[in-house]
Amino acid sequence: MAKVLMKGNEAIAEAAIRSGCRHYFGYPITPQTEIAEYMAKRMPKIGGVCLQAESEIAAINMVLGASSAGVRVMTSSSSPGISLKSEGISYMVGSDLPALILNVQRGGPGLGGIQPAQSDYYQATKANGHGDLHLIVLAPNSIQEAADYTSLAFELGDKYRVPVMMLADGALGQMMEPVEFKEVAETALPEKPWATTGTECKRKKNIINSLFIKPDELEVSVNERFDRYAEIEKNETRVEEYMTDDADIVIVSYGITSRICKTAITLARKEGLKVGMVRPITLWPYPSEALAKVAKTAKEFLVVELNKGQMTGDVKLAIECSRPVSFYGRTGGMMPTPEEILEELRKIGGRIE
Amino acid sequence: MSKVVFDKPKALSDVPFHYCPGCTHGIVHRLVAEVIDELGIEGNTVGIAPVGCSVFAYNYFECDMIEAPHGRAPAVATGVKRARPDTVVFTYQGDGDLAAIGTAETVHSATRGENITIIFINNAIYGMTGGQMAPTTLLGQVTTTSPYGRDAKIQGNPVHVCEMLSTLDGTAYAERVAVDSPKNVIAAKKAIKKAFQNQIDKKGFSIVEVLSTCPTNWGLAPTEALTWLRENMMPFYPLGVYKDKTKEEN
Amino acid sequence: MTTKILIAGFGGQGVLFAGKAIAKMGMDKDMQVSWLPSYGPEMRGGTANCSVIISDDEEIGSPIVNIPDILFSFNIQSFEKFESTVAPGGILFADSTLISKKSDRTDIKAFYIPATELASKNDLQGGANVIMLGKFVAESGLFDKDEFIDHMVSSIPATKAKLIANNRKAFDIGYNYKD
Repeated sequence: MAKVLMKGNEAIAEAAIRSGCRHYFGYPITPQTEIAEYMAKRMPKIGGVCLQAESEIAAINMVLGASSAGVRVMTSSSSPGISLKSEGISYMVGSDLPALILNVQRGGPGLGGIQPAQSDYYQATKANGHGDLHLIVLAPNSIQEAADYTSLAFELGDKYRVPVMMLADGALGQMMEPVEFKEVAETALPEKPWATTGTECKRKKNIINSLFIKPDELEVSVNERFDRYAEIEKNETRVEEYMTDDADIVIVSYGITSRICKTAITLARKEGLKVGMVRPITLWPYPSEALAKVAKTAKEFLVVELNKGQMTGDVKLAIECSRPVSFYGRTGGMMPTPEEILEELRKIGGRIE
Repeated sequence: MSKVVFDKPKALSDVPFHYCPGCTHGIVHRLVAEVIDELGIEGNTVGIAPVGCSVFAYNYFECDMIEAPHGRAPAVATGVKRARPDTVVFTYQGDGDLAAIGTAETVHSATRGENITIIFINNAIYGMTGGQMAPTTLLGQVTTTSPYGRDAKIQGNPVHVCEMLSTLDGTAYAERVAVDSPKNVIAAKKAIKKAFQNQIDKKGFSIVEVLSTCPTNWGLAPTEALTWLRENMMPFYPLGVYKDKTKEEN
Repeated sequence: MTTKILIAGFGGQGVLFAGKAIAKMGMDKDMQVSWLPSYGPEMRGGTANCSVIISDDEEIGSPIVNIPDILFSFNIQSFEKFESTVAPGGILFADSTLISKKSDRTDIKAFYIPATELASKNDLQGGANVIMLGKFVAESGLFDKDEFIDHMVSSIPATKAKLIANNRKAFDIGYNYKD
């Protein structure tokens, strides 16, 4: 299929439809409202459902219901709305329900702003809801990746029976780039014998539930899920390494910020600074191994994010604090220029010589 | 040869209830199960359990069941029904679940005219957490969080759910019943059956509010609780049909 | 080569459309392209701008244009805000109907086109953006004239023949305009 020029939000919506998603529940919030608008136009024409819920809370619970009924389903929101969804997300984890939850991040805390941010890193990777839980967290850095990882999110969600979060930001949501869609055959959608679709009096009843009142039973349930998490960590960790082979300084950055870093790396290399980048594509599972490997040859790490340094701790853990890790970022909706990052790289370059 | 004169409905699971002695949840569960049997819909019914005393309802009905987050059962039901329009979807919710934490989900599923059935148990108290004030607790009623009696100036007024929902265009059917006497139990079953039949006939949102007892947290013997319901709840929450669009259409 | 373009003006002046036309042309010539609009409440009646980057040889990093090689300015506010940010050797296209100032920079090329006036004189309401695109194609050397105009109108349904004709006319006016 030919390339088309599309906004990130619209590309994600289209990719979801092409991945067999026929159910969307959401609530308007900038900068991701185009998704609901796109779904509202498209879904009725293809026998799908797009419903504007009364709240983010209702929307995620509609997702919980539709996922229980065995269909591919998604919701999308931006930072404040994701906080509201946290309850439902936790219940979905506890009930082993797949779905795509998209966060087109904006600045926070509180109502914050509406410009691009990555300040929900902690929320997405550490505690998107109460309880012992993880979500698979995908961080695309282009519109093509946003479309591709939308499909991947549905596949992984169904395969491991976990909700998958895609962490984008206002820039990725609003910008246009060429994108090429891959079609998923309708028949490729997996069977879901666990779904509550009605027994037809042919099988024992299915129960979708996150309540285990006996602690020993709850422990078994959580442990079983963590066995699955271990499989996910083994099989699904994704990372891009960029010019790390000879790099003295390694940037660690994801999403939209990683692109700005690439430009900064080009500028730095022109000045003779050996800079590379490790770009986590899955923020959970975290690509700790790739970082540990790079730490054997790199001299220093620089984390670059649109927040106050939320990923820095993960990098330090991954490399077991074997190299200095510093941070550069902007927050509140501000974006660094490549020149700002270059300036930071020069400082590090001066230190390590 | 012996003859079976009384049996468990097929749609009720063969497990003991966890409910307290004298609690009317058991009666209402049985009525719902009988209706499912009589309508022959066990195979395509999906039930949604709430958070509250009936949280374990997923163990008691023999159809597919989902346990929803507190108050969110109507939203979960919406998701199921939109994904599988041919299933019969019901929620079974208490007063705290439906009329406090889940008010928005209740009101909006009603106003959307969501084609689902809600069985709403109103016993004017929080049972599971041990007798706290509910949105439907009566004025003057003593609970552990209204120890001096509910005072409208302090704790606000009780909610009339059927009256409120009957003002919404999307509500097809709203009736309040009670399970305090054999006569009322028979009437309650009729209402529940109608609420399910409405969904099968694609009439839209149907709710049956069932005035129920909580002997344990009311501090009354089961029979005294039934009397208390009649003397205190019924005057404030009058029984009857508050809305019936199916009748208007006929 | 990578070219960074900033297009700025009021909402309703076709700022975003002009950006899209350039980005789409670039895409169909197999270039790397990105288009990023300003968004939020300021878009409703206030200032609007979009960053467009096109490149025939490298991946696009930041989609934000801070130092434009080419600036389109459709109002005085954007002129005052962005004129000084144009890269040395860059080009400025200003709608002189709405911008009475001139740039005093000597390190950039500046073109002043009374696009709004030309549009209304020729009965092309809302065509100022396309007039500016015509001048842009004439002066930037990035695209072939006929290719660009054919491509731009190709997204308009054939049933809207009048709109297609108007766009072609507006483009030609801009392309042939001399200070």
